[in-house]
Amino acid sequence: MSEAVTDKPRAQTRSVRSRIIPLLSRYAPVVCLVLLIVIFTVLTDGRFLKPLNLFNVMRQISIEGLIAVGMTFVILTAGIDLSVGSLVAVAGLSAALIAKGSAASSFSLSESEATGYGWFAAMLGAIAVGVLGGMIQGTAITKLKVPPFVVTLGGLSVFRGMALMISGSGPISGFDEAYRWWGQGRIGPVPVPVIIFLAIAAVAFVVLRYTRYGRQVYAVGGNREAARLAGVNVERVLLSVYVIIGFLAGLAGFVLSARLNSSEAVAGMGYELNVIAAVVIGGTSLFGGVGTIFGTVIGSILIGVLINGLVLMNVNPYVQQITIGLILVAVVAFDQFAKSRRLK
Amino acid sequence: MSEPLLRMEHITKRFPGVLALDDVSLEILPGETHGLLGENGAGKSTLLKILSGAYRPDAGSIMLGGKPLELKTPLDAQKHGIVTIYQEFNLIPTMTVAENMFLGREPGKGAFVSWSRMRDETEKVLQHLNLDLDPMMPVSDLSVGEQQMVEIARALSRDSRIIVMDEPTAALTEREVEGLFRIVADLKARGLSIIYVTHRLHEVEQICDRVTVLRDGKRVGGGNVGELKIDDFVKMMVGRSSTQLFTRLGGHRTTGPIVMKAQGISRDRDPTNPHATLLKDVSIEVRAGEILGLAGLMGAGRTELARAIFGADPFKRGSIEIDGKPLILRSPVDAIRNGIGLVPEDRKQQALFLDLAVRHNLAISSLKDLTWGRWFVSDRAETALVERFRKALDIRMASADIQIADLSGGNQQKVVLARWLALKPKVLIVDEPTRGIDIAAKAEVHQQLDMMARAGIAIVAISSELPEVMAISDRIVTMREGRVTGSMPGDRATEESLMHLMAIEQTAPGAAIAGEGRI
Repeated sequence: MSEAVTDKPRAQTRSVRSRIIPLLSRYAPVVCLVLLIVIFTVLTDGRFLKPLNLFNVMRQISIEGLIAVGMTFVILTAGIDLSVGSLVAVAGLSAALIAKGSAASSFSLSESEATGYGWFAAMLGAIAVGVLGGMIQGTAITKLKVPPFVVTLGGLSVFRGMALMISGSGPISGFDEAYRWWGQGRIGPVPVPVIIFLAIAAVAFVVLRYTRYGRQVYAVGGNREAARLAGVNVERVLLSVYVIIGFLAGLAGFVLSARLNSSEAVAGMGYELNVIAAVVIGGTSLFGGVGTIFGTVIGSILIGVLINGLVLMNVNPYVQQITIGLILVAVVAFDQFAKSRRLK
Repeated sequence: MSEPLLRMEHITKRFPGVLALDDVSLEILPGETHGLLGENGAGKSTLLKILSGAYRPDAGSIMLGGKPLELKTPLDAQKHGIVTIYQEFNLIPTMTVAENMFLGREPGKGAFVSWSRMRDETEKVLQHLNLDLDPMMPVSDLSVGEQQMVEIARALSRDSRIIVMDEPTAALTEREVEGLFRIVADLKARGLSIIYVTHRLHEVEQICDRVTVLRDGKRVGGGNVGELKIDDFVKMMVGRSSTQLFTRLGGHRTTGPIVMKAQGISRDRDPTNPHATLLKDVSIEVRAGEILGLAGLMGAGRTELARAIFGADPFKRGSIEIDGKPLILRSPVDAIRNGIGLVPEDRKQQALFLDLAVRHNLAISSLKDLTWGRWFVSDRAETALVERFRKALDIRMASADIQIADLSGGNQQKVVLARWLALKPKVLIVDEPTRGIDIAAKAEVHQQLDMMARAGIAIVAISSELPEVMAISDRIVTMREGRVTGSMPGDRATEESLMHLMAIEQTAPGAAIAGEGRI
């Protein structure tokens, strides 16, 4: 067919309605978030807006938010990672084992008995486990050409099984204060996990927006064949995003165990749903090539606000899950609608 | 003379900006093999799509067996016994031969399929065609030639009266071609009519009874094979008074030493891409400041050669040298590192990131040169680069930050050219550089290629438009069926001499290439 495009900005010929839709699809997450905040503030007589509650919301989302940042990289390349929840559990248990050393087997809440290596080694260990997991999955995806969905679905099962094996006798609990600080501490009024989340999000924002690597991630997701023919090392980029999400899942596993003062095999169960939902609600396209870290942060907060608001209003917790699922599908449906408009 | 089975009369079809078919008539007799000839873009595919119900004509009528026929959908055509076998088959690879044969009309009772009946009836049809295929074999395990036989068998089992074959031999080996010809003769003997679309003129002599030749959407000739010679077909396809669309750019460029030399490139059938043309011992060389035109009909192997040189597809034998140094090409990254660039054939699928801004599209390959602190892309350097090429190539855009999807085809193509120029390549391969862009933009792209050659870049230009190849090339190499068939200086080439090499010449006169190659 002939080229129907002109050099003139197309907005000139667009109707008002078709101009609003793309604008809406761009700012929809922010608009939704503001609306939700207003609604909950009114419905809870302002309890929602209290600083303590707001920090609570932020602390609740920070761990899944960390993973959502990594998931943004993965989804930008048109991939997916379903294994993150299980990886969180393995990483958390690894951190606990390192921190507690021989004391890990004897169920004990007393920190004086600690004979392990301290929080720093524990954190590094958790991250190393995450990176290794990501590297193995990324290799299977790039070298063995197994679709990401399948590889990470397998990973979901494998890592959970490993976590159950490691923990065998039950949760590992009772860390020293320095360890717990990473999950429970505050700097001023701000919870430490929130600071970690926002710092990581800021780094990821810069990487995606201002580095060569970030450009290549968008290129690979936008058009893999064109990226290859433009000289981008596609396999390396694909491998790297699974390493990144593995790194962040490992870190999240450590922070979670610090916050709960306990590592257990069932930690992180179902994280993949909330994380993918946050990324997609934030405007990142599951088809790859489109999306931002800013959107993911907004998407994460939106889910946190929703859950918190429903809790404050004493809504049945099962309804939360139903709501998140519905919103996820609705957002993607709207995206498809906006896209079909754009192509017309 | 018997009454025609099919009559397409005064068919006209218009697309935005193009008159694809202009008052074309075609008559098919019962039991004949009718060749449909024409250059790329002559209107053959459009005519076939109308016959198969995929397009509807703006004017004209179709009569089948004396009755008027209205084809609204491809299903209508099939119901009336008109079956088209496209180059890309319509088989479901994961299903068996038998399942494919009976797709949509499985024998059986109610919701249940009778596998035994399906198998037996498939067996019958296959035997009829002397095909030794297992009905229960999945289609994906068959060769391209065998898959085609399954398509033909399916057409036969549906009581077809007319079978349309679009370039049936393009991806076949010689032995498979022989098999196909036997079956075509057999179908004919049973009274079926065959419309045979091909670029391979010697095949027309072998199996067609009559031919119709199209050019620029018009019927320009035809008649009985035997009374007409291959040279007559060539004359009709090219047209004596072909309007010179492009003026040859004035003044010869001075060419330097040989920059890129590809020798003995051979490519076997690739299971992941079975429709790619097989390359057979292809050698080309190109000098600094030279534009080498690569001419050939569809399926000649030009794109496959370009992708092999660029490291995009693996090849089995042969070597590629840059400045006398042999290269190891594992991927395009290696080719780019050694100064080779490729502007691919399909802009949207293979070159552009439609969701990204113009600036990101332009700079994607040269980010290394635009960084500060090793990793960060310098906004200023990128803006300067984009600005430089906006001026040099006259890229018209509201801003470099708008999505590239919002530019016209011509401006998109300039951005892709700029992407490569930014890397200062030694060799730039451009595959159909002006496809889908308007005439004015075409002329601009030609000028820019000329400019690049004058700057010392060795350019390999692939084009299906002969006037374009002739206008821009210092030297033209022709290919046919995966082989180089000839070479001539650009200013001495005529459409007829090129078409002869592209459609008829059997093997490469090796000495002639070496002799004529130097300018």
